[in-house]
Amino acid sequence: MLFTSYEFPGFLLVLFILYYIVPKRFQWSLLLIASYLFYFMANPYYLVYIAVTTLTIWFLGCRIERLQEEQSLYLKAHRERLGKEEKKAYKKEMQRGQRRLLLAALLLNLGILAVVKYTNFVIGNVNGFLHFVGSGKELGLVDLLLPMGISFYTFQAVGYIIDVYRGTCPAEKSLFRFALFVSFFPQLVQGPISRFGDLSRTLYGEHPFQWENMSRGLQRILWGYFKKLVIADRILTGVNEIIRNPDAYAGAFVLVGMLFYALELYADFTGGIDITIGVAQCLGIEVTENFNRPYFSKSIKEYWRRWHMTMGSWFTDYIFYPVSTCQPMLKLSRFSRRHLGEALGKRVPVYLSSFAVWLATGIWHGASWNFVVWGLGNWVVIMLSQELEPLYRRFHGKFQVGDKASYRFFQIVRTILLMSCLRTFDCYRDVPLTFKMFGTLLTVHNWNILWDGSLMALGLSGIDYGILFAGTLVLIVVSLLQRSGSVREKIGRQPYIVRFALWYGLFLTVLLMGAYGIGYDASQFIYNQF
Amino acid sequence: MEELLEILSNLHPDVDFENCKNLVDGKILDSFDIITIISEVAEAFDVTITAKYILPENFNSAEALYALIQKLEDEE
Repeated sequence: MLFTSYEFPGFLLVLFILYYIVPKRFQWSLLLIASYLFYFMANPYYLVYIAVTTLTIWFLGCRIERLQEEQSLYLKAHRERLGKEEKKAYKKEMQRGQRRLLLAALLLNLGILAVVKYTNFVIGNVNGFLHFVGSGKELGLVDLLLPMGISFYTFQAVGYIIDVYRGTCPAEKSLFRFALFVSFFPQLVQGPISRFGDLSRTLYGEHPFQWENMSRGLQRILWGYFKKLVIADRILTGVNEIIRNPDAYAGAFVLVGMLFYALELYADFTGGIDITIGVAQCLGIEVTENFNRPYFSKSIKEYWRRWHMTMGSWFTDYIFYPVSTCQPMLKLSRFSRRHLGEALGKRVPVYLSSFAVWLATGIWHGASWNFVVWGLGNWVVIMLSQELEPLYRRFHGKFQVGDKASYRFFQIVRTILLMSCLRTFDCYRDVPLTFKMFGTLLTVHNWNILWDGSLMALGLSGIDYGILFAGTLVLIVVSLLQRSGSVREKIGRQPYIVRFALWYGLFLTVLLMGAYGIGYDASQFIYNQF
Repeated sequence: MEELLEILSNLHPDVDFENCKNLVDGKILDSFDIITIISEVAEAFDVTITAKYILPENFNSAEALYALIQKLEDEE
């Protein structure tokens, strides 16, 4: 079931009614049933995958915690008798046991993710290699089921067991409660990637009906549908037309495609997250925010702190810091500072760890070289910005531009253009074609398409452009207003007639201007594929 | 504590590490510095600051960092 399917509002209505009718202590059980039903309706076989992840992570998490408790009790009981070295040896032995359990959990679950998501990518590369060396052999692709949102729930579950291993989060004793954490339906298919400590605070609580929560949640859902149906799904036609016909649309069309895709992705992904957070709010549950007006960022580094924030912090906590503080990396850090000098030497481990993070980010986003190049492209830009930082500081100091609004605007536009450029790797069929299309920006001089009516041939009418222009303007105004606090709260303080006009107007806009109708098949959210 | 202050001062000679309480929150230390500090501390104190301890509250002041080192020394 998709958020944009016609069944979804009916599903929500029934759930909301039952949720506030059943005894409060059964609310979370009802959510578990609803979550499994939601996933079952997408594809019954998906349940096998999520059940395996749930069972293995839950069981191994409990086992790890039991070993930690045993260790703690033993050391307490033998505090006087054991010497320092004996204690150290005992701890080492116990930690080895815990590490084995953690590794088993990681290998099994990341292994499942790797097999279902990357097998055909590997086969494709092997075939490419065989072709390159002149072998006539070719491996057949395999038809594997890729469960919707598997990357999200696997990362969420893996984050949980690492936290249990680190001792920063207690293991959940109830299998069913843990199953709800992994499968909570609003965030199951496209995140955010929640931490157990955050989500569990409200997920299992008793929630009496509160009109405030319900109305705020519904407003957020409506805003999400506005982004998805009025903006993202409308502009999708133009994006597809440009990227699927690279021969016909070169030069300035590539720039138009980049910017259209930047708008589509933002409206699609943030719209989906708005719906997720809104549904959770209706249920009295708090889900972590995933965006903080990313297109207002002044650098790519800042952009990545504000876009898909839960994924960024996941990679920082579970890949960047463990890689950069592992023993070989610490040794490398000392070695490089000794031989390359303090300034350059200290960058080596950070750059290498960042490389690992961006490689993983690219691969996580998709099984193709496009995403690998996209991930590493981000790494190169961030590292270059880091290296050029002293130069920027000198420039800002010399020309006194650091605080000027016009310069901040330039930085924002520069970041949007850079991000849009990098994202082009998501769009075209393969990496060489993407580079070729970049090249046409310089070699094909057709900038006249921006004003000679050619843009009308992209499957978008004048009305579509009008709606997109107005919709984007609304997005920008709302983002600007958000800088001084919640827009919904601001609207909530207005007289009844203003509130009614705004929300009813938004509802009518979604209803009348959403990209659907007879024969229309609502597009899947882009991030559902991850 | 002197040894730790020396490590920190070598990194940023212009910062008053004895009194500064917002090294991370105030963006004085970045990820480069934190990794360097962990590496130096491992060498000087023979303790490993693992990823789970990389939290702003442990790096916001020399005092907090020293308390963490002592805790890890006791644990090890």
